Amino acid sequence: MSKDDVGGDTVAIFREFDSKGRDRSAEDRRRHRQLVEESIKRNIADIIAEESIIGKDKDKKIKIPIKGIKEYRFVYGKNKSGTGSGDGSEKRGDKIGSDDMEKGKGKGKEQAGNEEGEDIYETEVTIEELMNYVFEDLDLPFLQRKKFNQLETEKNFKRLGYQRKGIPPRLAKKRSMIERLKRKKGYERSKKENPEVHAEEENQRFPFKEDDLRYFRVREDIKQESNAVVICIMDTSGSMDMTKKYLARSFYFLLYQFVKFKYVNIDIVFIAHSTTAKEVNEDEFFHKGESGGTYISSGYQKALDIIESRYNPSVWNIYAFHCSDGDNWSVDNEIAIKLATQLCKVCNLFGYGEIIQGYYKRTSKIYGEYNAKVKQDNFAVVTISGKEDIIPALKKLLNKEKEVVE
Amino acid sequence: MIISPTMEYTVKELQKWNEKIEKIVEEEGLSCYPQEFEICNHEDMLCYEAYVGMPAHYPHWSYGKAYEKSKTLYSYNLKGLPYEMVINSNPCIAYLMRNNTLLLQILTIAHVYGHNDFFKNNRLFIEGTRAEYTIQMFKSHADRIRNYVHDPSIGYEKVEAILDAAHAIRFQTARVVGEKKLSLEDKKKNLLNKYYEEMKPKSPLDEKKEIPYPKLDKIPLEPMEDILTFMMEHAKLEEWQKDIISIVQEETQYFIPQMETKIMNEGWASYWHYKILNRLELPESLHLEFLSRHNQVVRPLLGNINPYYMGFKIFMDIEARYGKEKIMEVRKLERDQSFIRKYLTEDLCKEMNLFQYIKRGRDYEIEEVADEDGWRKIRNTIANTVGIEGIPCIKVEEVIDKDRSLLLEHQYDGRELELPYAYETLKYIARLWGGKVRLKTIVSNTNQMIICDENKRITMSSISNK
Repeated sequence: MSKDDVGGDTVAIFREFDSKGRDRSAEDRRRHRQLVEESIKRNIADIIAEESIIGKDKDKKIKIPIKGIKEYRFVYGKNKSGTGSGDGSEKRGDKIGSDDMEKGKGKGKEQAGNEEGEDIYETEVTIEELMNYVFEDLDLPFLQRKKFNQLETEKNFKRLGYQRKGIPPRLAKKRSMIERLKRKKGYERSKKENPEVHAEEENQRFPFKEDDLRYFRVREDIKQESNAVVICIMDTSGSMDMTKKYLARSFYFLLYQFVKFKYVNIDIVFIAHSTTAKEVNEDEFFHKGESGGTYISSGYQKALDIIESRYNPSVWNIYAFHCSDGDNWSVDNEIAIKLATQLCKVCNLFGYGEIIQGYYKRTSKIYGEYNAKVKQDNFAVVTISGKEDIIPALKKLLNKEKEVVE
Repeated sequence: MIISPTMEYTVKELQKWNEKIEKIVEEEGLSCYPQEFEICNHEDMLCYEAYVGMPAHYPHWSYGKAYEKSKTLYSYNLKGLPYEMVINSNPCIAYLMRNNTLLLQILTIAHVYGHNDFFKNNRLFIEGTRAEYTIQMFKSHADRIRNYVHDPSIGYEKVEAILDAAHAIRFQTARVVGEKKLSLEDKKKNLLNKYYEEMKPKSPLDEKKEIPYPKLDKIPLEPMEDILTFMMEHAKLEEWQKDIISIVQEETQYFIPQMETKIMNEGWASYWHYKILNRLELPESLHLEFLSRHNQVVRPLLGNINPYYMGFKIFMDIEARYGKEKIMEVRKLERDQSFIRKYLTEDLCKEMNLFQYIKRGRDYEIEEVADEDGWRKIRNTIANTVGIEGIPCIKVEEVIDKDRSLLLEHQYDGRELELPYAYETLKYIARLWGGKVRLKTIVSNTNQMIICDENKRITMSSISNK
C-alpha cells in the first residue's frame, strides 16, 4: 500500500500477532498458584482441626481463607456514597440491595460497583483437593502392601480424580458433561443479564469445547483387596479434655483420608475406653466424656475382639490408631504392651499418639515402655502437643508403613 | 473439538476500511499518532490484558493472577473480552481480536482513532506521559527487574518482596499530573516567606502574633502524599530496591492520566466511532449490526456508571449546545473531574436516571435521585470520586526522631478506610521503611491511630482530638 492511496501522512500498519509459541504468563501463573497452595498449606492445621468432616463426602466444599494472595492497598470502606444509573423509578429511601444477597441478585447493582472483587481462589476447595495438598506435602509413599489375594494381580487402574488432558479411552463423560453444563449455565446467566450482547446468537448449538473435557487420572495398581478398616481408639477418661480430643480428631481425620486415598471400601470403627471399652458412633466418640481412670488395654482388647468378629485380617487392611494422654493405671501397662504387640500382628499399621500438653511436654511412662518393648515394624509412637504437630505425626506414622513395605 | 478461529474477513478488507476511516479522521480534524494494529486470538488478548496491554512487562505473580481471573470469568461467560485494547504510545498500538466480526473490527478501528487522538492531545497525557518512550520504558523496567532476579546476590524472592510492598502503595504517589516539583531549598524558602508574611501586622491594631518559627529540619519538610518518593529518599534501602520502587512509580505515573480521564476518553472514542461509522456508508447488514453494537457499548449499566455511556452523552450534549470547536477544546483541557463538574447538567442527570446510594446497616439505600434538589449532589459525588479520587490520600507527616517511626495521616474526607486492607498495607509500608509505622485516621467519627510495629503487629487505639 503506498502513501498515495489516502491523502494523509500515514496509513496504519496491520500485523498478525505471533506469540512464537511462548506462553508469556506461564511463570507468573505458576508463582501465583504456588502462593495459593502455600497459603492453603499454611492454614491446613487450622482447617482440619476445625471442620467436622470425618467421613464426609470428598466433594464437600469447605471455605478456606487464603491470606497473602490479595493485593492489599489503601481502599475506602463501605461508608461512602456510590452513584449509578437507574431506570427512572428510583425514589429516595428505596432499598436497592444488601450484603445478604448474592451479587447481581438485587435489583440495584448490576456489577459489584467499586467494591473490591472477591478473588476466585479465595472461595472454596473440596476435601479431596485439600487432601491432595496435605499428601503432596507429605511426599507419601504410593506403595501398598501385598497381601493374600495376589491371585488377581492383573494390572488395574485406580481412578484418582480428573485432569484436563488425557487419552480418549479415559474420557470422563459424566464429568465433561457437567463441565459443559456449568459453562452453559454461565452462558445463559450472562445472556439473561445482558440480553443485548447475545441478541444475535439465537438458537445456537452449544457444543463441547476442549476446555470442558475431563479425563480420569489413573494410577497403575496391583489390584489387591480393596477393603480397609480404620479403628480409632480413644481414651475418653476424665483427663482427656476437649482440646485433647480435638487434636485426636484431626489426626483421625487425616488418617481416615489417607486410607480412603488408597482403598475403595472403608469402614471406620470408633472405640472409646476409660477403664472399660465400648464401640460408639462418631458423635459419642468425640463428644461424650467419662470420668474415672484408664485401662488402655481395655480399648485394645475391644479392638482385637472386633477384628476377630468382623474384619478378618486376611481380607481386610487394618489401620488402628490409639490416642491417649498416656495417663494409664500402672498395673495395666504390661498387659497393654502385650495387646499392642498382638494388634501389630493383625494390623497393617498400628499407632499410638500421645497427646501431651502443658509447658514441660513430658511424655508418660507408657510412652517410654511402648518405645522400649513393642518391637514391631509396623508400630509407631508419636506425640502431639498442638495443631502444628498433627501433620508431622501423620508423616511419621505413614513412613512406618513405607518401611514395612520396603 | 478445538474451535477454529474463523475469520470472516481478510486483512486486506480491514486495510480498505481503515483507509476510509483514516480519511474521515483527517477530515474531521483529529490529530493522531501513527497507528498500528495487531490481530490476536483470545488467549493473546487475555495475556495482553493481564500485562496492562504492554508487549513487555516485568514479571510478578499478580499478573498471573490477573490472567487466571479473566480466563476463568471468560470461560464461564461471566465476562466478555474487550473488543479492543489501545495503549498510549507513539506509534499508537491497538489489539484487535481475530474472532470478531468484520463490523466489530471496523467499529473498533474507528474507536481506536478516538483514543489515539485523545492520547495525543489531552493535556494530562501531554504533561504526564511521553508516548514515544512508552514501549521502551516498559521494556527497560522488565529488563531491570529481570536483572535483579538473575543477580545471585538478590534473586527472585527479594525482588518479589519489594515489588509486593511497592505495589501495595503504588497509588500513594503524586496525584496531580504535571505538577512542578520544588527543590528542598525552594520549599524552605517558601516556608520562611509564608512565615514572615503571616508575622507582618496587617493593621496597626493587630496584636503581635504567636506563630512558631518553621522547623526547617523536619522530614519531610511538609506533609507528602508521594510515599513512594519519600521511601526512595528517606528509607534505608539499597539502590536496587529504590530502583524497583521507581519502576513501580513510573508505571503508576504513566497510568494516572488514563485513570483521570476514563469517562472522557471512552466518551470521546465512542463519540468518534459513532460519527465515523455513520459516515462510512456501510452496507445495510453491517449498519444494523453497528447500531446494535453501539447500543451495547453506550448503554446504562443499572446501578453503575458506564464511562462509555456517560462520556458519550456528555460529548454529544456539548456539541449540540456549543458546537464542534468546543468539544475539541474540552478534550484538550479537561479531565473527568472538571468535565463532570462543568458539563454534567441537570437534564443529562435526569436523562440518565442517575441516583446516589449509601450503605445503611447491611442494606444499600437510595440517597438522592436526579431531581431539582438532588442532581447537583449526585454530580458533585461523581466529580469527587472519579479517577485518583477513588483512592484514599495518605500523607507522610513526619519521622519521629525518638524511635525513627513514621507518622502517616489519612486525609479524611468523610470516607473511611477499609481497615483490614489498611492493616495489611501498613505492614508493607513497615517493610519498606524498616521500622514502626503509625497512621492517623478517622473511624466512626473518632480519631484513631493504627500502629504497625517492627514485628508487623497491628494495634489500633483512639486518640484525643488534638
